[in-house]
Amino acid sequence: MEIILFKAILVLVLFLISLGIAAYSTYAERKVAAFLQDRIGPDRAGPFGLLQPIADGVKMFLKEEIIPNHSNRWLFILGPCIFMLTALMTSAVIPWGMPLEFNGTKYALQVADINIGILYIMGVLSVGVYGIMIGGWASNNKYALLGAIRGSSQMISYELAMGMSIISILLISDGSLSLSHIVESQKGMNWNVFYQPLGFLIFLICAFAEANRTPFDLPESESELIGGYHTEYSSMKLGLFLFAEYINMFISSTVISCLYFGGYQFPGLEYLSAHLPANLVSVISIGALFTKVFFFIFFFMWVRWTIPRFRYDQLMRLGWQVLLPLSIANMLITGGVITFFNL
Amino acid sequence: MESTIVFYLLSALSVISALFVVFSRSPIYSVLSLIVCFFTIAGHYIMLNAQFLAIIHIIVYAGAIMVLMLFTVMLLNLNKELGTHKFNLTKLMAVITGGLMFLVIIASVKSSSLANYQAPAYLNIGNAEDIGMKLFTDYLLPFEISSVLFVSAMISAVLLAKKEVK
Repeated sequence: MEIILFKAILVLVLFLISLGIAAYSTYAERKVAAFLQDRIGPDRAGPFGLLQPIADGVKMFLKEEIIPNHSNRWLFILGPCIFMLTALMTSAVIPWGMPLEFNGTKYALQVADINIGILYIMGVLSVGVYGIMIGGWASNNKYALLGAIRGSSQMISYELAMGMSIISILLISDGSLSLSHIVESQKGMNWNVFYQPLGFLIFLICAFAEANRTPFDLPESESELIGGYHTEYSSMKLGLFLFAEYINMFISSTVISCLYFGGYQFPGLEYLSAHLPANLVSVISIGALFTKVFFFIFFFMWVRWTIPRFRYDQLMRLGWQVLLPLSIANMLITGGVITFFNL
Repeated sequence: MESTIVFYLLSALSVISALFVVFSRSPIYSVLSLIVCFFTIAGHYIMLNAQFLAIIHIIVYAGAIMVLMLFTVMLLNLNKELGTHKFNLTKLMAVITGGLMFLVIIASVKSSSLANYQAPAYLNIGNAEDIGMKLFTDYLLPFEISSVLFVSAMISAVLLAKKEVK
């Protein structure tokens, strides 16, 4: 009974954290953009503009809600719902830190430690495409349809290379698909990024494409497609689309940290857990994970203002003719090295 | 007890969505309810403790194949109601193939008896590890033959998609 209560609280906390981080990512994005372009950025609402996300949220809720006349009403509403739902579902299998301890019982900081953890993330990702497709099609607008088709074909193409680079990770971490196993196999500084630098690069590029971030934000490139698949959306439905994208960015950063940068592991964690109370160690390990996550969120924003957008044919060529063969080669080399040196 | 309720809910959902695939007049709703049907079948896999199969089912069918179906329906803008201009020959063929499929199902149901069915004691049927072991020991030949089939299908798809070389 207690374990169910704990899991329910954990789900609620994760939900609030995801939404909170997504909200403050919008603020951080504008501040980082301002910093990189030598501006000040939002500074009117509250000290340093810290209340800006709240003001934006209120604005989104109060705007007029428009559903186009010739659109398919139910599918139009369903689109952003699916996109938001899948964005929030991914966090269920991520191990957030060392277990907490109450009354002598240990509670793992992971909603579901299923033995297919990483495949679950891939599955939810592939279902997330439907949000974009249904939303874009139901708008009954050529720009929206084009944006939806671009978005979904881009996501399908990059999923392949992403899956291939995950396979090499599985090869070097005892073949377990569970994320908590993958994180535990990277004790200390034994991070996967040192063994899989090429795989990390491929995964990172694919994560950018999956999250529809610049340089791969073609589904919503405003100069040619206005707003892409959310052209016809207004009010909080548009807000849901934008919000879910920031949640996706947060989750991709978390997955990158877990797969390649040891998740909550850091050098000296074993020493600390032998000498400090369990709950304190747990909090420190959560802090370590979030430090990595925040760095990658910053990295996402940094790249946005550094690298210009790809052309669509370049994007497809990069996905199919460069990243996919590279990731297959990476997998073969990893497997060969493990076999020949009996690692 | 709970699992029985979940089972009946899932079964009802999968039957209803499967019927909706056939009876819906608009192709887009057919495709969407087929996706719902796939999800309920994945739910059945999870109830059989076969999580790996369930997630592969979702990734392959719901995540890849149905996206392509949706693509086709959206790009051809097939949302007008169909069903009026089907040729008689098409209908006849559909009846014959459907009837044959029905016969196969009846035969398999008849030969199996559910009355004294015992669930297997070994519960790790759905792990990636166990499936891999089975595939590479007991079922190696069918596995390799199907991979050859897949390669030939891929090559022919590339050939079909290529512009004609003169």
